[in-house]
Amino acid sequence: MELSDLYRDVILDHNRRPRNFGDLSAANATIEGFNPLCGDRLTLRLKLAGDRIEDIRFEGQGCAISTASASLMTEAVKGKTREQAIALFERMHRLLTDDSAPVDEELGKLAALSGVREFPARVKCASLCWHTLASALKSAEAQVLPSVSTE
Amino acid sequence: MTNTLAVHEGPRFDVAAVRREFPVLARTVHGKPLAYLDNGASSQRPNAVIDAVDDYERHHHANIHRGVHALSQEATTLYEGARDRVTRFINARSRHEVVFVRGTTEAINLVAQSYARPLLRAGDEVLVTHLEHHANIVPWQIVCEQTGAKLVAAPMDSHGEIHADAVEALMGPRTKLFACAHVSNALGTVLPVRRLIASAKAQGIATLIDGAQAVPHMTVDVQALGADFYAFSGHKMFGPTGIGVLYGRESVLERMPPWQGGGDMILAVSFAKTTYNGLPYKFEAGTPNISGAIGLGAAVDFLGSIDRDAAQSHEAELLHYATARLDAIDGLRVIGTASHKASLISFIVAGVHPHDLGTVLDQDGIAVRTGHHCAMPVMEFFKVPATARASFAIYNTFEEIDRLAASIDRARRLFV
Repeated sequence: MELSDLYRDVILDHNRRPRNFGDLSAANATIEGFNPLCGDRLTLRLKLAGDRIEDIRFEGQGCAISTASASLMTEAVKGKTREQAIALFERMHRLLTDDSAPVDEELGKLAALSGVREFPARVKCASLCWHTLASALKSAEAQVLPSVSTE
Repeated sequence: MTNTLAVHEGPRFDVAAVRREFPVLARTVHGKPLAYLDNGASSQRPNAVIDAVDDYERHHHANIHRGVHALSQEATTLYEGARDRVTRFINARSRHEVVFVRGTTEAINLVAQSYARPLLRAGDEVLVTHLEHHANIVPWQIVCEQTGAKLVAAPMDSHGEIHADAVEALMGPRTKLFACAHVSNALGTVLPVRRLIASAKAQGIATLIDGAQAVPHMTVDVQALGADFYAFSGHKMFGPTGIGVLYGRESVLERMPPWQGGGDMILAVSFAKTTYNGLPYKFEAGTPNISGAIGLGAAVDFLGSIDRDAAQSHEAELLHYATARLDAIDGLRVIGTASHKASLISFIVAGVHPHDLGTVLDQDGIAVRTGHHCAMPVMEFFKVPATARASFAIYNTFEEIDRLAASIDRARRLFV
């Protein structure tokens, strides 16, 4: 278990320069995620057009893992349908938590987050944004939604 | 265990001798020697405590205060012997003033529900300070909600200092109880408790001191302090978890109703009426944490066996050295710079989230706490979501601080 397994270059890069970071004035769905263990807060804003995530941006304070995970997630789900994004959430959930399964390399850059498996205290950092997104997508109403906590 | 394990070598405190008493300090973490700098969360245990608990479990366990058989007598003697040790340790007037509880949190909840709840009326005030641990905020919020009283927080300054004047300005005829930390767990600030207690007393305000972070670092004399209540935990002073102490002045405890009902807290029970037991048993319903109390008694003996003045100087030197080393790191900001601090440092590093820092330090075998330290109002005040905190104990070394500084530097190179 090496530090470089957790903090891969792609994660360090997305932490330093998070993609899709900031406000989204055209958003029609906003949801907040909170990790009480470390105080991480995340706001996801989505512009849903019918069944499709037309745009998505995030804001908040978080560690490198949570920032990079949210940044990578916004890149991965932009343009996807709800169903596709939820399917991706489920694959990510397995990637982050099931250390008996082989790493799903088809996830591409997202697979870089698999290092958290070896750092149990950090799994929630990587999964917070995904839980927040899934909660937003599973909710029937595209509007201001209740907040999500990892606890 | 000998009572001479910590001796001066010249003016120096013999850290190596103290370290040998703590078996866990010999282990490695991720292939590196453990540098345990999370004593504010929980300290490690010396052989004396481990052995006392082990001996009890192997040879003397039975329920206390109940049996005429030998084991019950022995367990009772050990448990009550621990109470006598604690009584002397904090210089309480009487063993009736020492109530065993689960920890500081339970002690404060006991006072909130058994002392404050019957006392408080709508419009009354409970006064705390801005730097309190959640355990010295939430129990008061609960009782305020129950009674219509109001929780008031005295301000702190940008160093994390609590000025007695500012607290005293908020003490008035509505104030029924004043509760504050002796030492801040998040910032290390030592509060001017003696003066604050005296000011409160002069106005007839009851006082509770959260001593969880003070007892491991300094000699506490509850009579000299004069508070009505003083609470602390065993596991932060080299004892076991799940055991702590509520000290209460006897005349105050006498007037309080029991908090929990059950066995051991009664003299006689019928369906018509129950007669409560005397102090301190009135507040110890049910079978207590017997082994924990015995371990706490052993921790008291351990602290009694070391030169506490020398230990305190050693900790002061650690704090001084660590502050200088950490201040020299680019982008590092110490959170909490009060003039009088116990040996802990909260800090943030620009560009490195405390949680990531904690992981890097852990990989180097260094244990620190990262997070909000159960003091979210403090984090809010300093506009940080979390800090990293290195908290020292008598067994920490200057070399461990060098490793801490080197590892923080490593984290900076990784993230910034």
